[in-house]
Amino acid sequence: MADTPIRLGADIGGTFTDVVIEGPFGQQSTKVLTTYDAPENAIIEGMHRVCAAAGIVPSSITQIIHGTTLATNALIERRGAKTALITTQGFRDVIEMRTESRFEQYDLNLTLPDPLLPRNFRYTVKERLQADGKVLVDINRAEVEALVDEIRDAGFESVAVGLLHAYVNDTHEQVVADVLAERAPDIMVSLSSEVSPQMREYERFNTTIANAYIKPQMKSYLGRLRQRLAGDGADCPIFLMHSGGGIISLENAADFPVRLVESGPAGGAVFAANIAARHGIDKVLSFDMGGTTAKICLIKNQTPKTARVFEVARTYRFKKGSGMPISIPVIDMVEIGAGGGSLAHVDALRQIRVGPESAGSEPGPACYGRGGDRPAVTDADLVLGKLDPANFAAGTIPLHPETSKSALMEHLGRPLGMDPAEAAFGVAEVVDENMANAARVHAVENGEDLSEYTMIAFGGAAPLHAGRLCEKLGIDRLLVPTGAGVGSAIGFLRAPFSFEANRTRYMQLKGFDAQAVKSILKELQDEATAFVRTCDADAPILSEVKCYMRYAGQGWEIPVPLTAEQAANPDADTLLQLFETEYAALFSRTVAGMDVEITVWSVNATTPPADVTPAKAVGATQAVPTHGVRDLFDPATGTVTQAVETKRADYSAGFSVEGPAVITEEETTVIVPSSRRAKALADATIELVLK
Amino acid sequence: MTQPSQVQFQVMWNRLISVVEEQAQALVRTAFSTSVREAGDLSAGVYDTQGQMLAQAVTGTPGHVNAMADAVAHFMRRIGVDTMAEGDVYITNDPWEGTGHLHDITIVTPSFHQGNFVGFFACTAHIVDIGGRGFGADAQSVYEEGLYIPIMRFIDQGTVDDTLVRIIRANVREPDQLIGDIYALATCNDIGHRRLVEMMTEFGLADLNGIADFILTNSRRATLERINALAQGSAHGEMVIDGFDTPVTLRVRVDIEQDRILTDWDGTSGLDKKGINVPLVYTKAYACYALKCAIAPDIPNNAASLAPFAITAPLNSIVNAVHPAPVALRHVIGHFVPDTVYAALDQLLPNLVPAEGAGCLCNFQVSLRPRTDAPAPPHARRSEVLTFNSGGSGARPGLDGMNATAFPSGVMTMPVEATENAGPVIIWRKELRPDSGGAGRQRGGLGQYMNVGAQDGHEFDIQAMFDRVHHPARGRQGGADGGPTTIALDDGTPMNGKGKQFVPHGRIVEMAFPGGAGYGLAADRDAAQVRKDLAGGYITRDAAIRDFAMTAADADDVIARAKRGEVF
Repeated sequence: MADTPIRLGADIGGTFTDVVIEGPFGQQSTKVLTTYDAPENAIIEGMHRVCAAAGIVPSSITQIIHGTTLATNALIERRGAKTALITTQGFRDVIEMRTESRFEQYDLNLTLPDPLLPRNFRYTVKERLQADGKVLVDINRAEVEALVDEIRDAGFESVAVGLLHAYVNDTHEQVVADVLAERAPDIMVSLSSEVSPQMREYERFNTTIANAYIKPQMKSYLGRLRQRLAGDGADCPIFLMHSGGGIISLENAADFPVRLVESGPAGGAVFAANIAARHGIDKVLSFDMGGTTAKICLIKNQTPKTARVFEVARTYRFKKGSGMPISIPVIDMVEIGAGGGSLAHVDALRQIRVGPESAGSEPGPACYGRGGDRPAVTDADLVLGKLDPANFAAGTIPLHPETSKSALMEHLGRPLGMDPAEAAFGVAEVVDENMANAARVHAVENGEDLSEYTMIAFGGAAPLHAGRLCEKLGIDRLLVPTGAGVGSAIGFLRAPFSFEANRTRYMQLKGFDAQAVKSILKELQDEATAFVRTCDADAPILSEVKCYMRYAGQGWEIPVPLTAEQAANPDADTLLQLFETEYAALFSRTVAGMDVEITVWSVNATTPPADVTPAKAVGATQAVPTHGVRDLFDPATGTVTQAVETKRADYSAGFSVEGPAVITEEETTVIVPSSRRAKALADATIELVLK
Repeated sequence: MTQPSQVQFQVMWNRLISVVEEQAQALVRTAFSTSVREAGDLSAGVYDTQGQMLAQAVTGTPGHVNAMADAVAHFMRRIGVDTMAEGDVYITNDPWEGTGHLHDITIVTPSFHQGNFVGFFACTAHIVDIGGRGFGADAQSVYEEGLYIPIMRFIDQGTVDDTLVRIIRANVREPDQLIGDIYALATCNDIGHRRLVEMMTEFGLADLNGIADFILTNSRRATLERINALAQGSAHGEMVIDGFDTPVTLRVRVDIEQDRILTDWDGTSGLDKKGINVPLVYTKAYACYALKCAIAPDIPNNAASLAPFAITAPLNSIVNAVHPAPVALRHVIGHFVPDTVYAALDQLLPNLVPAEGAGCLCNFQVSLRPRTDAPAPPHARRSEVLTFNSGGSGARPGLDGMNATAFPSGVMTMPVEATENAGPVIIWRKELRPDSGGAGRQRGGLGQYMNVGAQDGHEFDIQAMFDRVHHPARGRQGGADGGPTTIALDDGTPMNGKGKQFVPHGRIVEMAFPGGAGYGLAADRDAAQVRKDLAGGYITRDAAIRDFAMTAADADDVIARAKRGEVF
């Protein structure tokens, strides 16, 4: 029965749950409205739909891969378990004091986000380690026992343990874990030395607390999901997508649910990486734009860039610092409040501003005609001719251009002395410039030159804006793959089994200890491999070793990847050379005569990437059939042009069109600016290149 | 391209702001000083050929705002615009032509596009050491405070001035770190320049005249609209603070007039003997910052949006110190400028500004060394550790003050684990200080406790830079004062709020940093808020009963429920 694998991918998003199935029958996909009360229901329904479409029964599914925003939402909406923190005496308020700074300098009425746990949920215990792990004050078991009894009696469901310097020595945290297991076996426990063994107490404690906070809920959800799927016949192994772009077992996910945060967007990045591999492209900028946000990610050599820390639940206009830091391996993405529903207004400087406030799906942009009277990006797109009012969302939502125009006029045109078309131009330019700026800054931070990159665009609103974004970023080539609407769920099916283990351990190159390095790397290797082995007992395992290095005295480390050979025989000279090469690439010049040090070590164990069938080259091109022309505003020249209308369904491999043109499909529209021409590739991806 | 449209100008303005943010980010990532890389004590900006600032990165240091805006004009005058060439980089740490003390290095780079001079990039960073007596208030004049680098070329058409580098290296305690930081500053201007050229190429610009005019015209108009919407008037504000040996009085008159707001510091104390004096440019920066927060927070900083905020102060008052007054710790007084301005502004614009807060950052530096009272263990070493910490901010008309959060400065603290990895120091305690927020309808932000010792085998000096020991933050509209600063050894030996003090082996310094003041009468505070404060231990049982009229029975009930894990 299970000779040919049949795999199901399920992505629970804020609005829709996307389900994709692949097997000998090809690919089927569907979108079901997310069912918040019992999220598993949408997956079950989606599964039955795609199984019916594929002509199979659920029991023939061999593997299910799942990603979800439930963990992220629980953190944003503060709907977690009753959780306590046990920390070192004297440090009860680390998560409340944050960085002691204001993320917005000029707002006298700034409100800092509440910490995840109120102050009376944060307990302390007498104990202390020195920075090198030496015990300064011993932990007293009797004191811990009394504390655990108090926590148990207060009805806590979950406990986070975060002690200072536990990333070098976990013995005190283990004592607390032992006592909890003994006296309060029903309470779930998360240790900072296991969840995120990295220096910097604010990040580590917050990550550990976030894990503890969502653990009971996620554990119960994942248990129910497994039962429901089995009950409906799908009794196969279930895996979870994690934020780092790989998959882990359901059991590991239940223990470390904080690793599931951002798993949906991670699936999108894997999707883009797979398209990149199919087309043999080494430098890709993925661009995912939906209703409320846009996400941008750099993908080099078909591998998304990763980071060790990111921020969730930003409370103040997506402003850096207004959320909470989570230090786990994560695909490094920039997320900004720019989507089809983002609302535009005029500020004190008579400048047009767009987002992050969003019209959402209710009432939606003004053009939906559901009572929204403020102009959104979608309204501007409609007025500029990018959307066909009769064929939006496959004709299910009729659009009203007049409502868009009056909203644009009322909120922008009148105060600025512009007509609706110019106001719409302004909105589209501002939102595109916001996204372009985010992409530029992200590229600079990573020492990359975007003009060498290819963009891959997916998500409902991306193909409308991607062409203009390429013009702004000087990117010559753009790909819009098929299946863009369910990109993340497809990405789940392309992700390898993987787990990244990190450790903070300082070492200066002048005091380099090759033996110690070998043992740190071995430890990390064993840990990461063990996780992968719970998913797959036999597959070959590849390891990516990185160390994070800097000049002694700097505060910002840069990742330096090592080859297997370099990791097996570590030596200081090679590391120095690798570091200087990376540093010069980022910051133009190295600094002579300074000591160099390593702060964090990392090993990512992963199964080989999914097999890729390269897209065949396309032979002769021919013009695609056209269906009339429409007015389309060209922001590059500031003029209205006559764009030919085409249908994506008409594009066989090699069919092409010269910009200005529009390509309509059920879920979105691809805009081909005057500066570009479009062509269908062998895998039905639409390619836009500079004329 | 012909004349760009309004929309295109707006896009370019956004781009310039993004360019300077990138410039600042590059500095954070390449700097060596903890003050820059961890705390964000830096700034960066772009200027037109007249030296008018067009955009500035929003960083942790309002004190750099106007200082940076004025600095480039000094460079143009000293260097001579006609001698400037591609590949040049200029430098200074002049307190009066830079940003207020020798510990700030300012680097200016002229920008050339297609062979033509089109503008400048400038950046400033606080470095940890510049020689002299070290970072502290102990100097009698600026000559003792360290190496003084007049405005000069650091790089001349691509060639670094090796003589200057050797002089700098020979005069400072951490030469590698300082030279590394100077290079980081130069690099960050380069990055800004590269982005600017990309923008000019994309939009087909030959110069910045059009965009400069657009930015400055819009900013001036928007700022004047805000000022002219206010009722005109004049009011005085006054605040007394600890000073070094004798109390300092800060006195200001704020005049809201047609098209401008003037702060006049007549009546303020004269120069102090110690290095807590403030060059006018730094006073102006914080006065302007306070006013901008209150009336025009959303208008970006540039030459035109800053121009309507005027200042005057008597020569050689503590807020207008001139050469050669000692100025190393000018921030200690400078950080109190906003609260003084608000004392006046509250009378002109009621229900807008906060009550007084902790004011200056609660910074200290420890100099650790092997113990000298007994044989030191072999691992004992020397080390310098600087930390930045914050007390509570003042309560706002509608909101409580922020706990342990800097205002007006915006710099960040360092993680304790990072500090303890930097030297043999041990931070035994760093947590909120209950009851230190002034009672009121809105409560002041809490200060914090911090206890500091050394690893076994070490003794140390602590350089204290605290105020509000004798002059806590004062409440507004009937709100109570915030808790004062306290500092002592763990054996009870009293210590001073300012100056270098010895801490013997085995002893711990126990500090309590000040809270912000309250706003409105405590009796008017929402009872649910009082219960929440008590449940969380932000106030004690005694304070709930004494200051907020809670009954003993209610207080005990709240405490018992909090202990049972109830949420308030």
